[in-house]
Amino acid sequence: MTEKSAEWPSDIFTVLREREISQICHVPDAGHDRLIRLCTAQNDMSVITLTTEEEGVGILAGAWLGGRRGALLMQSSGVGNTINALALPAACRMPFFTIVTMRGEWGEGNPWQLPMGQGAPGALEAMGVTLYRVERAEDVTDTVSAAAAQAFNNQCSTAVLLSQRLIGAKGFK
Amino acid sequence: MQRREVVSALLAPRQDNLLTVGGLGSSSWDIAATADNPQDFCLVGGMGLTVSVGLGLAGARPQNRVLVITGDGDMLMGMGSLATVAQIQPRNLAIVVLDNEMFGETGGQPTHTAGVTDLAAIAKGAGIPTTGTIRDAAALQDTLPHIHESDGPVFYVAKVSAEMPPTVYPPLDGPFAKDRFRAAVLGDGAV
Repeated sequence: MTEKSAEWPSDIFTVLREREISQICHVPDAGHDRLIRLCTAQNDMSVITLTTEEEGVGILAGAWLGGRRGALLMQSSGVGNTINALALPAACRMPFFTIVTMRGEWGEGNPWQLPMGQGAPGALEAMGVTLYRVERAEDVTDTVSAAAAQAFNNQCSTAVLLSQRLIGAKGFK
Repeated sequence: MQRREVVSALLAPRQDNLLTVGGLGSSSWDIAATADNPQDFCLVGGMGLTVSVGLGLAGARPQNRVLVITGDGDMLMGMGSLATVAQIQPRNLAIVVLDNEMFGETGGQPTHTAGVTDLAAIAKGAGIPTTGTIRDAAALQDTLPHIHESDGPVFYVAKVSAEMPPTVYPPLDGPFAKDRFRAAVLGDGAV
């Protein structure tokens, strides 16, 4: 396992604050762990742990109906659980913003992660979600900020895919 | 009980601070048949998400009471959301499941609640403190204060007959429904 004490999770946290995103939903992933901790420590952010990722699509739609901005944090395997739910923001032209930690690429050690990891971008695009991708830490702030701006300014769906190269591949051998 | 009588009892007379989320299918038709109120948001897709939408709305609008009205099919598809509601314990959220023990929109095939599944027991087990099953009009009247005023989350199953009343559609255009709801709740500046 590649260990990095990278600053990019706190860069994402700063963007979430700047974009006034205060409803965080997640199924935890090791790649999102630090960001989840930063959000949980912030009193004016609500952090909700889900049983499945599709719940997060519904919660964020409800939050938006009530005037609150949110983000769904998930792993690429969770993308598959959201597919039909993504009809809700699409049909209602609501913003939907998600940050996805990618598996099944760049040195992946678990063969079970390959199908959904490699299928996640296509699945999101099939549901009308615009993709942004980050490979390097220096691009995190600008990319996450641009994706959030696009979602909330245009009331559309965007996803930031955080490459496994950025996060660090999980070794199984 | 007849489903429209239950929904009428829930929504008329109506409290000003009540926001309603209706679940895909008959529950949304029941809400629309009661009144065309901009403080109702009726799902016409996204099966299984109704409780989640209500949970997100309740968190964003603590000054409002949020009432989710949905069916047994939708609730069965989103059972995990009950555990999430229990984890958050929103004081302003009430959930009523109109349980006709069938998939009414697709031909009346029996759901799991026609067998041994007890949604109120599942909600209790998920950790929602106030739960129950309502089987007649007198019990419904006794339960209304809990649905509208008790500290949430509260969860009730209302057993209703298999009768399918005429369809009354809520706004089917999603952007219109969403903008109308946000304007009613947040003011004209929100759209």
